[in-house]
Amino acid sequence: MSTFLQQLVNGLSVGSIYALIALGYTMVYGTLGLINFAHGEVFMIGCYIGLYAAFWLGYETLSAASFSPMSATLVLLLAMAGAAIVGMLIERFAYRPLRGAPRLAPLITAIGVSLLLQNIAVLAFSANPRSFPSIITEHRLEFAGVTITNIKIFIFAVSILLMLALEFFVKKTWTGRAMRAISVNLPAAKLMGVPADRVISLTFAIGSALAAAGGILFGLDQTKLEPLMGNMIGLKAFIAAVLGGIGNIRGAAIGGLLIGIAELMTAGYISSDYRDAITFVILIVILLVRPQGLLGVVRQEKV
Amino acid sequence: MIWTYRTAVSIALIAALFVINWALDAFVIEYVVRIILQCGINAILAVGLNLINGTTGQFSLGHAGFMAVGAYATAFAVIHLESGLGFSASNIPAPWMQGLLLSVGLLFGALFAGLAGLLVGAPSLRLRGDYLAIVTLGFAEIIRLIFTNTEALGGATGYSGGRPLGLPVYTNFFWVFLWAILLITLIGNFTFSSYGRALRAIREDEIATEALGINTTRMKVLASVISAAAVGVAGGLFAHLMGTIRPDDFKMDRSVAMIVMILIGGLGSVSGAIIGAIFVAVTLEAMRDIQQYRLLAYSLLLIGLMIARPQGLLGSRELRLPAFLRRKRGGAA
Repeated sequence: MSTFLQQLVNGLSVGSIYALIALGYTMVYGTLGLINFAHGEVFMIGCYIGLYAAFWLGYETLSAASFSPMSATLVLLLAMAGAAIVGMLIERFAYRPLRGAPRLAPLITAIGVSLLLQNIAVLAFSANPRSFPSIITEHRLEFAGVTITNIKIFIFAVSILLMLALEFFVKKTWTGRAMRAISVNLPAAKLMGVPADRVISLTFAIGSALAAAGGILFGLDQTKLEPLMGNMIGLKAFIAAVLGGIGNIRGAAIGGLLIGIAELMTAGYISSDYRDAITFVILIVILLVRPQGLLGVVRQEKV
Repeated sequence: MIWTYRTAVSIALIAALFVINWALDAFVIEYVVRIILQCGINAILAVGLNLINGTTGQFSLGHAGFMAVGAYATAFAVIHLESGLGFSASNIPAPWMQGLLLSVGLLFGALFAGLAGLLVGAPSLRLRGDYLAIVTLGFAEIIRLIFTNTEALGGATGYSGGRPLGLPVYTNFFWVFLWAILLITLIGNFTFSSYGRALRAIREDEIATEALGINTTRMKVLASVISAAAVGVAGGLFAHLMGTIRPDDFKMDRSVAMIVMILIGGLGSVSGAIIGAIFVAVTLEAMRDIQQYRLLAYSLLLIGLMIARPQGLLGSRELRLPAFLRRKRGGAA
């Protein structure tokens, strides 16, 4: 029982990181119908920006304990802002020229951008793994045989907060409504006076900022980062988005948590060798059984 | 009349391959030979992948998985055939026997890769576009993880048949190009048959094709099986060129490299795929000294290509033999 609870706690914390990244996939897919393969790399870059921001804010000279919560928040915000700019640049220079091109061209471009960012990161940050600064001091809590750290609680809390903020933004603001209008029908939204290019650019910015937040939380949790880490995590987050129903924001959150839990349960009860495989098995099963995902709606194909 | 002409051409081709093989061994340094072999293997990969990605328009991102299945099946078959026939490090088979062993192994490779193509294709080809790309990528990752966790096949360190010197290196010019010509001719003929027309129709409009009475799922699965089998053969040749195969040889970047080949030449063009394959093999070698910029260059090429010329060099056109050479084939065209 305690194994179960322990894996559940760990799964929820990993899953909430997947959920944050999945939001970016789902938002971009919702507006453009594009799988943004480069999103995992935006997550990785966000994580690196956080690392450099922490050093810039004097992490090395201070001990971990005296790194103030203010500075930690600043690290998070800087990473989110930096990644948002990266996301907007990607959209502007790689995807916008292909608006209206056949479906496959943007997909291949996205693979290209993903490779490009990976290799730029290898050149800029070196291929060696770096350790993420522990900008929050870890405290352990024992609770009925289950170890919970303050970091895991922090990860979960920040994710939920950001997801609620996004939900509010998309549902209650004018810009959010414009995003939803675009996802239903782009040409019609344009005719209604929605500045489509600007809103799509903003979609990329928000998605990328959330991915960067996920990157910082991942750094806090795993403490190790490398230029190629975005690949696998991005893929898992995408699968989370598909599981929840791609294009659906609540679905992405639920999908992320479920994938995280499934992964840690596999690691706990079967073997950690198959931790990655379970995600792909889930993907294949969901696409064959319910391709629209848990919360998705079926769109009838028209002739 | 036609039959004798074809027989004559085949015999001449085999003789030419044999002579070139001998000449390469005698006069050309091994480094260059290796690049030429890589060109041949890439050509099989590209033409195989092009059948499903280009001609049929079903975008697979997981052909590295089929290549892995072909490589492991071929190596496993060759190793076990050898020990079954009593060959060992001190009793090396004669050159012709080596080629025969390799070819039998490649048949196994094609069989198992084709089966994998059936198992992956039958469920997933119902999906479209980017979903299909993701599912095939998922299957390739699962295949890789299975090989990584199968200790009998060497696990993560790779398979070398339990031999200290690795898998026997039987891949040479003659066998690579014999198999390449065989497979490219087969796939080329298939592409330009009524089946190929059905596949192109699926690419242009699947619903209309179905309305014309073509069983589109069956056609797509058939294309997937043939494509996977061809890529499996390339995997087998790769295994017996490298001497050892590791699951990490067949990661996503392998699939992306194959896609680069067919994109450069032009999606849907057999001759374009061959040009792209040669281009990739040669540029990979040319950039050996600046290795860290290699993937960078590829990714820029990929993005630039999509923005400037998404249909690739040839589009879906074909380079054909000049008319005076072609006419002699009689009814073949």
